[in-house]
Amino acid sequence: MTKQILSPLPGTFYRKPAPDKPAFKDVGDAVAVGDVIGLIEVMKSFNEVIADQAGTITGFPTDDEEPVMAGQPLVELS
Amino acid sequence: MGIGKLLIANRGEIAVRIIRAAQELGIRTVQVHSAADADSLAVKMADEAVLIGPPAAAKSYLKIDAILEAARATGADAVHPGYGFLAENADFADAVVAAGLIWVGPSGQVIRTMGDKVAARTTAQAAGVPVVPGSDGRVDDPEAARAIAESIGFPVMIKAAAGGGGRGIRIAQTVEKFERLMPQASAEAKAAFGDGGLYLEKVIERARHIEVQVLGDGKTAVHCYERECSLQRRRQKVWEEAPSAALSPDQRETLCASAVALAQAVGYSGAGTLEYLFDDVTRQFYFIEMNTRIQVEHPVTEMITGLDLVREMLRIAGGEPLRLRQDQIRLTGHAIEVRICAEDPAQAFRPGPGTISALRVPGGTGVRFDTMLYQGYTVPPFYDSLLGKLIVWDEDRASAIARMRRALGELTVDGLPTTKPLHQLLARDPDVARADFHTRWLEPWLEANAHRLETEDTPE
Repeated sequence: MTKQILSPLPGTFYRKPAPDKPAFKDVGDAVAVGDVIGLIEVMKSFNEVIADQAGTITGFPTDDEEPVMAGQPLVELS
Repeated sequence: MGIGKLLIANRGEIAVRIIRAAQELGIRTVQVHSAADADSLAVKMADEAVLIGPPAAAKSYLKIDAILEAARATGADAVHPGYGFLAENADFADAVVAAGLIWVGPSGQVIRTMGDKVAARTTAQAAGVPVVPGSDGRVDDPEAARAIAESIGFPVMIKAAAGGGGRGIRIAQTVEKFERLMPQASAEAKAAFGDGGLYLEKVIERARHIEVQVLGDGKTAVHCYERECSLQRRRQKVWEEAPSAALSPDQRETLCASAVALAQAVGYSGAGTLEYLFDDVTRQFYFIEMNTRIQVEHPVTEMITGLDLVREMLRIAGGEPLRLRQDQIRLTGHAIEVRICAEDPAQAFRPGPGTISALRVPGGTGVRFDTMLYQGYTVPPFYDSLLGKLIVWDEDRASAIARMRRALGELTVDGLPTTKPLHQLLARDPDVARADFHTRWLEPWLEANAHRLETEDTPE
């Protein structure tokens, strides 16, 4: 069954902590509840996206630096 | 020559502000916008609108090529950059001119000079404008450093020449402390940046932020008096007024004359602002930087002078000389502006974009509300949180504060959090009433008043 981590906020999704840093998580990585999987920028303030489910990442339905709505899937887990 | 069709390379309330000024001069308008701003008020008001990219500012409002292409496609002959985004980007100013268009602002060269901290300081000194006392550049010799520290007076700030972000900064209260801290600061700078070079600057402990509005036509410059913006949170201004309650008429004259001297020295063209720190104890002022653009808080100056600064910018850019002599610019009454932002003061100013479900705009004598809001508008999450600016004017400062309380009471913005409750508390605060504040006043006040911000609802 596919599980998803949803964006808690509207804004811009970032998969990296900084442009020159590696992504928080990649496909195939294990995720535990409480892990940071990305950032959402809302009006110039950055908010961590915390995993509320555990599993192995199978995909990122939203690309890095793309606009997101609240409730939009960011990560798919198996 | 004059401007025929103006492209607005900005968004939000300032885009609306610029369109209004253009319309009154009979100038046609082109609003460029991102995909997130297709239903913005500026797009609705402008004669034409051009989509220049996706929501991210880096892919739209900061895309010089896309903006110039929009100007070419629509036949615009001038570009107004507003504030923020590309407003102080000298390369953009140069590119606009190279494309054969009018740039509404000073030349790229002036933007470059005044945007460089060291060059701006040197230029200011050459024009006879006081700057924060310090070493002119780096000092490596301990003996020379001590002599400089004693001449500028303690407390002294020791900064790493190669530093940034506050690292390598030490404050010495006395000469003994200074002699102990210098080697430490140098060693830390060497370890952190590979360069032990230091420079020194006087610490201005209780300073007000006072800034002077100037207008120039490239040959002459005039001032439009000062604004005080001492109420700041994280270096962001939240409440601005004109004139400053702290200055005597003589000090005002001296301060404003220094700003005109500097604007004239660089051949300034357009509207600009010179920012100063004003030390309440010594009554000294020190130039810190120049903003080579229109500023968010320009309306308070408009309210006390009766000028339309954006209109003046457009006339000057169109080739007209300054319309007013200094003795024709009069200061009347007192004006205050508060920034209404989509932030929740009860939740550490967490930003909250959303849809405006109800909007009631204050009115009456001496009240102005510059905003891009309308009922049903969805504030996008991609840009800064400024929703509008509530500005009041009255005959004197106490009346202006009372009018601000009244106007805030009339303002309703439903559908998202706003900073209105903060301003309601400030407008009833006794220190604010006495103008007894400085740039580090607001942050401790916010901590002390957090409980009141959490429970605040419209008191009037």
